[in-house]
Amino acid sequence: MNEAITPIKQPANAVETSATATGFRKSLRRLYRSKWMMIMMIPGLLYYLLFHYVPMVGILIAFQDYNLLKGIWGSPWVGWDNFRTVFNSPDFPLILRNTLIISVYRIVFNMLPDVILALMLNEIRSRWFKRVVQTITYGPHFLSWIIVYGIVFSLFAPGSGLFTTFVRDMGWGDLNLLTDANYFRPLLIASDLWKNVGFGAIIYLAALASINQELYEAAVVDGAGRWRQMWHITLPGIRSVFVLLLILRMGSILDAGFDQVYIFLNARVYDVGDIIDTWVFRQGLEQLNFSIAAATGVFKSVIGLVFILGANKLAKKVGGSGIW
Amino acid sequence: MVTKSDRLVNGVLYAVLALFALSTLFPLYFVFVMSVTPYTEVLRNGGFILWPSSFTLQAYKEIFGSSRIPDALQITVFITVVGTFLNLLVTALLAYPLSKKSTPWRNGILLAIIFTLLFNGGLIPTYLVVRELGLYNTVWAMIVPGMVSTFNFLIMKTYFESLPQEVEEAARVDGCGDIATLVRIVLPLSAPILATVGLFYGIGHWNEYFKGIMYVTDRSLAPIQIVLRNMIQTPSISQELAVNSTDLAQLPPETVKMATVAVAILPIIIVYPFLQKYFIKGVMIGAIKG
Repeated sequence: MNEAITPIKQPANAVETSATATGFRKSLRRLYRSKWMMIMMIPGLLYYLLFHYVPMVGILIAFQDYNLLKGIWGSPWVGWDNFRTVFNSPDFPLILRNTLIISVYRIVFNMLPDVILALMLNEIRSRWFKRVVQTITYGPHFLSWIIVYGIVFSLFAPGSGLFTTFVRDMGWGDLNLLTDANYFRPLLIASDLWKNVGFGAIIYLAALASINQELYEAAVVDGAGRWRQMWHITLPGIRSVFVLLLILRMGSILDAGFDQVYIFLNARVYDVGDIIDTWVFRQGLEQLNFSIAAATGVFKSVIGLVFILGANKLAKKVGGSGIW
Repeated sequence: MVTKSDRLVNGVLYAVLALFALSTLFPLYFVFVMSVTPYTEVLRNGGFILWPSSFTLQAYKEIFGSSRIPDALQITVFITVVGTFLNLLVTALLAYPLSKKSTPWRNGILLAIIFTLLFNGGLIPTYLVVRELGLYNTVWAMIVPGMVSTFNFLIMKTYFESLPQEVEEAARVDGCGDIATLVRIVLPLSAPILATVGLFYGIGHWNEYFKGIMYVTDRSLAPIQIVLRNMIQTPSISQELAVNSTDLAQLPPETVKMATVAVAILPIIIVYPFLQKYFIKGVMIGAIKG
C-alpha cells in the first residue's frame, strides 16, 4: 500500500530534453498499447456518430428549402424563413399550448403519485404484501403503448367497451371517450399513471431504503409520531431524487410523451391533443415538408437544452445539488 | 406503542394498496375475457361482461390461421433476437474500454456520449440519415438506429467498473490481451448485468412501433405492434387479416382485436419473472451513477 502513495519520480533530464516530442511519442505509445480497446469501440462510436452527431449537422436543413433529390449540399439556403413560417403558422400557438399543458399535467399528476405510492409502500411492514403490490404495479411499464391503447379500447370503446356499456345500461347515455376532446387529456394522464406509477415509485423506494434507520429511532425517542417522522426524515430523504427527476422532466418539457400521444391521437381531438412532435411528424413524414419539420425540431431541442440547464442552475441556487 | 389511529392508518394503507394492485391487474384480465367471449354471450348480455358463462378460442384460431399475425410475429421475433444480440455486443464493446481509466480520450468520448442525452438533431435529420444509409424499408431500419441506448451503456460501464480489478490483472499477467480478457473473464462475470440490459433491449424490440412507421412502408415488414394498432382501429377485421372465413364473421370484432392484444402481452408476462429478478438492480446502478 505504501509504495502506491509515494509519487513516482521521473528522471529529470528526460523531461527536459524535449518535452513536446516525448509527450507526443508517449501518447502515441499509449494509443498503440490500447489499440484493441480502440478497435473494440469502433462500432459503438460509429453508431453515435451516424445517428446522433450527423443528425445534429443535419439541423442545417432547417435553414434550407430542403429537397430530397438535391440533398443537403444542393438545396438552396433560405436563412430563418422556415422558422418564420413555423412561428407564424396558425397551428403553432395551439401545439405549443397543448404540449405545455400535457407536460405540466404529467409532472403534477404522474410525478406526485410516484412519490405517494413509494411513501405508502414504505409504511407497509408486511414484507410479502409490499413485494406483491410492487411486483404487480410495475408490470405494466413493460407493455407497449399500443397494448395500453388496446386496453383503453376494451374499456372505453363506443358500443363495446366495458365502461361504455355500463354507462349505457345505467341509462346515462352513449359515451365516446376516445374521440371526445374533453376526455382526451385525462385519458392520456390516467393511462400513463396506470402504466408507469409502479415503475416510478421504485427509485424513491431505493432512496427511502438508504435513509439511516437510526434517524427514525432517534425521532421516536424524541417523541415524534408517524407524520412528524415523515415530514422531518422521510421527505428530506427523497428530496434530492425528486429534484433530479424534476430537472430531467424540465429538459423534456416540450416532448410531452410523443410515443403515447401519437398512438392515442385522432383527428377529432387535434384541438386538445396535437403536440409539437405529432405536428412535426405529420409535416415531415406525411407532407414531406422536411425543412419546416426540422426547424420546429431545432426550436424544440434548443428550448429543451435551455430548460434543463436553467433548471439545474436553479436547483443549485436554492441549495440542493444539480445533476452536474 | 401502536395507537388506535395508527391501526386505522395501517388499515387504510393496506386497503388502498390492495385496491390499486387489483386495478392494475383488472384490465389485463378483462382483455383476456373479451378475447374468449363468443357472439352468443355478447348478444345475450347486451355487451361484454366480466364472467361469461361460455367461452371460445375461435379468435386465436382465426388470427393464427391468417398469415398477417404470424408474419408480423416472425418479423418481431427476428428484430428482438438479432437486435438484442447486436445491442449487447456493441454496447459491451463500447462500455468495456470506457470503464478503464487508461483508455486514451476516455473523458472526451464519455462527454460526447452523454451530451446526446441533452441535445439531439430531432426526428427529421435522423430519418434522412436512415434514408441515406440505405436502411429505409429494410428490417435493419428497426435495429440499427437504436443500436446503443445511452442508459443501458451507462449501466454496463458502471458494472464493469465495479468488477474486482485483481482478476483481470491476473489474466493479463497470464498473457491475455484486451479482447481475451473481455471475453474470457469480464463477460462471464457480468452475466447478471448482461441479462438485465438484454431484457431491457429485448422488451424495447418487442414493443417496437415507431421505427416501423417511420422507416418502413412495406407492409410485409410490419412488426406485430403496427399490425396490432391497425387491428384495433380497423372497422373490418377480415380485411385487416386478409381472410374471409365464415367463422370469423361469427365472432365479435372486439374478440379478435383483444385476442391480438393478448398475443402481444403474453411474451412480456413470460419474461416478467426474469425481469423482476434483475431489473431493480439495473435501474439502481443506472440511476446512481448515470
